Amino acid sequence: MREQICKLVAEKLPELAGVVALRQTAVGTAPYLFREGDDLSQLVLEPRYPLPSVVSMLQKRYPEARFGVVARGCDARALVEMAKRNQIDPERLYLVGFTCSAEQAAECYCAAPAPDTAGWPQAMVVGVPVAGAPPNPLVAQYEEMSLAERRAFWQQQFAKCIKCYGCRNICPECFCEACALEDPLWVEAGMLAPPFPMFHLVRAMHMASRCVACRQCELVCPAHIPLTVLYDLMRRDIGELLGYEPGADIAAAPPLSLTLADGMVHGQDQLL
Amino acid sequence: MQYENVRTTCIYCGCGCAINLQVLDGEIVGVFPDPQHPISRGSLCIKGWNVASFVRHPDRLATPLVRQGEGFREASWDEALQLVAERMGAIYAASGPQSIGFLASAKCTNEENYLLQKLARTIVRTNNIDHCARL
Ligand code: SF4
Ligand code: SF4
Ligand code: SF4
Repeated sequence: MREQICKLVAEKLPELAGVVALRQTAVGTAPYLFREGDDLSQLVLEPRYPLPSVVSMLQKRYPEARFGVVARGCDARALVEMAKRNQIDPERLYLVGFTCSAEQAAECYCAAPAPDTAGWPQAMVVGVPVAGAPPNPLVAQYEEMSLAERRAFWQQQFAKCIKCYGCRNICPECFCEACALEDPLWVEAGMLAPPFPMFHLVRAMHMASRCVACRQCELVCPAHIPLTVLYDLMRRDIGELLGYEPGADIAAAPPLSLTLADGMVHGQDQLL
Repeated sequence: MQYENVRTTCIYCGCGCAINLQVLDGEIVGVFPDPQHPISRGSLCIKGWNVASFVRHPDRLATPLVRQGEGFREASWDEALQLVAERMGAIYAASGPQSIGFLASAKCTNEENYLLQKLARTIVRTNNIDHCARL
């Protein structure tokens, strides 16, 4: 799979400003912009980093340049939601997708462990998609709990939070320049753990119709708080109530976004 | 156009978390933790996440300062180190090893702090070594 991807990247590089992927060197592996002539034997597929955020930064810095990205299913989903919110430009992106293994999917409780390239202007996928993995069993356990038990569960979990902001920083869908989690109106400053439950619930609410279940937030959390239990339920509700699955369809308008155009507010029709 | 991550170690405490400094065209633009690092295992604290913000901060001292009257004046490293060596030598000659103490720093690596205590114990021959956290 890696060889196939490297070959494809090598073929595409002459027409791109560069390809965002992981580079492995003697000191470790991290995101890198491969350009023509770079040593592609250093291109690797593990571990997981939020490459969509790197693409967004590069496209913003170079508003004319076309880039490529080596993307997993969740990266592609993240890029879809970013495109809808003007964080990336799909017209200037070549998506080199690849499928995850069944083991990886199980580890991520991932329902869609391969990029869906439908609707992408320029994309292709390497590998044979495996079936989606079963959901996180903790979600079902949580749903068995009474309201009081749920409250106690989150109180105990959120009390571990060291307020590193890692969950927000790593999340490809957290890109606001002014973040409510840094606004004393919402989150009292200087408190550890952050006062229950605002910090975590504000973030959970802001992930509605945005969270693409990449699980990066949970992986980065030093306190091992099962954050995606909240976000998975949010995804389920957005699906059931508004018929929207974040990351699934690049052509579908996000139901909670309103746009102003031609002096009209657009998007309300989907809310009603 | 160049984007890469430069691997280094967080300087804020002695834990030794790995950080990747995201560098775009020679400018530090962000930090990534490293999921494969045996110590930090993909996590950082709030200080590590923001470790890059002081690198070009306008308040950061960019040269040594030498006290002059009520204030300070800028000096070269050579001059500053020369001055420290002379003054320490004079104090040592007048009052002996017990008159000198060393303060190690959390912002240095363990190895650098090891070297500092070596300097203190074997060259100045004092055990007066403490840590900046108790300053
Ligand atoms: S969430 Fe996990 S299994 Fe799913 S696409 Fe991403 S890395 Fe692959
Ligand atoms: S799983 Fe976490 S990091 Fe990924 S999109 Fe959802 S909230 Fe963001
Ligand atoms: S990553 Fe975990 S510890 Fe850090 S702010 Fe988020 S929930 Fe709190």
